[in-house]
Amino acid sequence: MELSLFANWFLAGLQTLLLIALAPLLLGWIRACKAMLHNHSPASLWQPYRDLRKFFRKEVVVADGASWLFRATPYIVLGTMILSAGVVPLVATDLPTAAIADVIVLTSFFALARFFSALAAMDTGTAFGGMGASREMMLSALAEPAMLMAVFTLSMTANTTNLSSTIEYLLQHGLVLRPSFIFAALGLMMVAIAETGRIPIDNPSTHLELTMVHEAMILEYSGRHLGLIEWAHQIKLMVYGVLIANLFIPWGIATTLTPEALGIGVLAIIGKLMILGVVLAIYETTLAKLRLFRAPDYLSFAFLLSLLGMLSHVILEVG
Amino acid sequence: MNIANLSHYEQAIFVLSALVLYTSFSMLAQSRLFNLINIFAWQGTLLGITAALVAFISNQPHLYISALLTLVLKAWLIPWMLRKQVMRLKLQREIETLATPTLTSLAGVGLVIFSYYIALPIKSLSNSITRNTISESLAIVLLAMLLIITRRQAVSQVVGFMAIENGLFFAALVSTYGMPMIVELGIAFDVLVAAVLFGVFFFEMRSSIDSLDVDQMNRLHEVDKR
Repeated sequence: MELSLFANWFLAGLQTLLLIALAPLLLGWIRACKAMLHNHSPASLWQPYRDLRKFFRKEVVVADGASWLFRATPYIVLGTMILSAGVVPLVATDLPTAAIADVIVLTSFFALARFFSALAAMDTGTAFGGMGASREMMLSALAEPAMLMAVFTLSMTANTTNLSSTIEYLLQHGLVLRPSFIFAALGLMMVAIAETGRIPIDNPSTHLELTMVHEAMILEYSGRHLGLIEWAHQIKLMVYGVLIANLFIPWGIATTLTPEALGIGVLAIIGKLMILGVVLAIYETTLAKLRLFRAPDYLSFAFLLSLLGMLSHVILEVG
Repeated sequence: MNIANLSHYEQAIFVLSALVLYTSFSMLAQSRLFNLINIFAWQGTLLGITAALVAFISNQPHLYISALLTLVLKAWLIPWMLRKQVMRLKLQREIETLATPTLTSLAGVGLVIFSYYIALPIKSLSNSITRNTISESLAIVLLAMLLIITRRQAVSQVVGFMAIENGLFFAALVSTYGMPMIVELGIAFDVLVAAVLFGVFFFEMRSSIDSLDVDQMNRLHEVDKR
């Protein structure tokens, strides 16, 4: 009994480490898909790892007058992202970490990281930092209700906000065509795109001052600090990807902790994330970046979709 | 009634009805005339498929005819006529400025909740499988009315009028498995005639006030001339 408890915690830690370690690979895969769609020859899938190694080797330059907040923020951001990586069921559902926190805590982890990045961006007193922080806050204020509405739709179906229990509930019922899930999935995808700073809302591969949101906030960071923040950002993308993949297509995830089930779980999540990466690459290639003042329209559309999901749950699926 | 206990065909009806409701919302937000007509055609297509599915699960063969009628008229013929009229009026590049798109969609959500509340007693009287979608059909009617209210362009208002008819057809379909065949045929031809008449009306309006903006009809033409 003692031993199995220990083994469960060990597996949970291993799952978290796997998510953190795979996060740069997902970004590399998305970039490779995009490059192929643009008719470029793609960079190696390991390029994000090389970038991170480069950042960690470089010297850290901190602006004069930057307070402790500026130095502490990269660690806080990465820490909250690692915690949220621990909460999300990647390979198996029946792990002790799942009981620690539910999806509302997950959202607040993201909010905490965002709060500190915005403070650190304003800490150095540059114009770009403040601008990026204010933009990020505007976008997140609109994105968060949409995300919560989408996950509440799931929670109302499964009668729990716990992610593992939700996935187990969905697996028990098999394939059910729920209209609410279609809307919630679309809403959550749009929120994920906005929150992880991808195209229509933010372009991850540019430093053009008029358009950047996330990059403007971290403009003052260098070396190790930048590496930590970049990594945290990749983990965030991965967490959203896993959330969408495992909540809406839960099949394949391990519900028991046997080696075979875990093996299938690993293969399943890798397959699902590869497909999601292709979808995201196609989406980003076909769309142009929106003007910042059009972003509220995009996010209110995401909110409308999530709201429709909730309404169709109440109207169509119960009673 | 839990959706997990129903068969996949019945679940598909719910999914389709939710998608029909979604097309109503996207019509509200669409500012290009051509896209508006395309979404209207999609709504007709989804309605036709829903009708065929309802015919299949409820064993009502006459519904196949109304499904076919819906597909031909509302998914193909009327959108085609509207598109042709838009081309002849040279409005294909026209973009209508929507005053408050977000507010309009939120008002739409309010209408959906309102129609849910209104349809609750009707739902409890019915024991058909599709009874949950009655409130959606009412919502489609109300959303189409909202579309007419928020638009000033005559063509968009006509699309809204046709969407009202879609909602009524949907209501009849899900509450009583369709109206008697003769009524349904009559309505279908009424709608077709209306589409033709509206086409004539567009040209009349264009030649007399030189615009399709219905707000300009508030003023008296003769008075302004002086």
